[in-house]
Amino acid sequence: MKASAFAYARATSVANALELLAVHGEKARVLSGGQSLIPAMNLRLVAPDLIVDIGELAELRGIAVRGETLVIGALTRHADLLKSSDIVKCAPLLAAAVAHIAHPAIRNRGTIGGSLAQADPASELPACMLALGASIVVRGPGGEQRMAAEDFFTGIYETRLAAQDLLVAVELPLARRGSAHFFQEFARRHGDYAIVGLAAQAALQGEGFADLRLGYFSVGDKPVLAKAASKLAGVAITPALLAEASDALSHELDPHGDQQATPAMRRHLAKVLLARCVASLLNRPDLHIGGVS
Amino acid sequence: MTAQVAISLTVNGERVEAHVLPRLNLADFLRDHLKLTGTHLGCEHGVCGACTVRVGGEIVRSCLMLAVQANGAAVETIEGLSDSGEIADLQAAFRDRNALQCGFCTPGMLMAAQDLLRANRMPARAEIRQHLSGNYCRCTGYQAIIDAVETTARARMELKA
Repeated sequence: MKASAFAYARATSVANALELLAVHGEKARVLSGGQSLIPAMNLRLVAPDLIVDIGELAELRGIAVRGETLVIGALTRHADLLKSSDIVKCAPLLAAAVAHIAHPAIRNRGTIGGSLAQADPASELPACMLALGASIVVRGPGGEQRMAAEDFFTGIYETRLAAQDLLVAVELPLARRGSAHFFQEFARRHGDYAIVGLAAQAALQGEGFADLRLGYFSVGDKPVLAKAASKLAGVAITPALLAEASDALSHELDPHGDQQATPAMRRHLAKVLLARCVASLLNRPDLHIGGVS
Repeated sequence: MTAQVAISLTVNGERVEAHVLPRLNLADFLRDHLKLTGTHLGCEHGVCGACTVRVGGEIVRSCLMLAVQANGAAVETIEGLSDSGEIADLQAAFRDRNALQCGFCTPGMLMAAQDLLRANRMPARAEIRQHLSGNYCRCTGYQAIIDAVETTARARMELKA
């Protein structure tokens, strides 16, 4: 189908975009790469009165290291993340994740800010933001504020962004020495939305984890930072301990059922990913075998 | 409010000026306004890849881009790549390998395959599959398409050697 009629404004600056959003509020939608918004409009799932196109705001594009922080502008495309040496060095989890986002033609248009604002619970990047402890930088009528990724995602396609707000950047702590990442998702075909996926960031210490952050996606109405990970930090990991964490994960998750998988299958796959993740990060193949009953 | 917007872009090297409604997607602009009907519309929500074109040298879904977003851009369609001879060998390989039957997906397949071959001179079959994973073909079962792309990559390597 085709999108219904709408008015179009090409924002000339962030200030201009904010003015337009302040005036039109919920009747307007922000267009960045359009790889989620335009399909939704073509399917008539959304029909905004006004599109505010921020695509030409160069100030929102780019990747920079500032002190101990990696700053990624909202308009930075998936393809840019994939090619960036800063991302490989400072946030390698993102580089691993982006390769799973749809297909090259989509990655050439889709942006990180668009993906986060869209907050599709099956998307890779929101879960990565949880695992990496990102701050989401938002500008609105009251000025600029930073929201912890853990608080940002509130439900299916829902975030703490108000209708007058613009997501302008994300800030990530730089990957430190001794940090490691794991990314894997189950999908029927390459580039499809995941049935279940896991983006994990760890701080290794000796034979175990000083810290482990598990960002699950496609396990419910929003990405989940699994609390079960705390059972695995600061202790020697045994198969029994992993099984305990796996049980805790299973109780903690409340996955949805759809034509791809039942809730029970999603729980099972989440546990499989946990075992694979821990075994891979610690280089302990024995844990993978013993991790899922 | 839903007034037409002036756009100026190049399509296959020619300058195009037009007034379009904001809701018009780039694929419909190419097909209906410019009569470049080689760009096909299958699903209209970014799944099938039949509408793949180049914008600024990179492949995109023309059904997921508004014509107004192409203002100032250089757009290349299958007609452009075909007429310039850029993909003549790839097209011949598709024909020789029976990599098309109905042909609906072929323009998009060729755009995506050429995009891969420009970046990676000798991709492995798995890489070809991955790069074409966003393009659906309902006739061939894909094997012949992978064959054609692989054959073209090899022939181009030999030509360069």
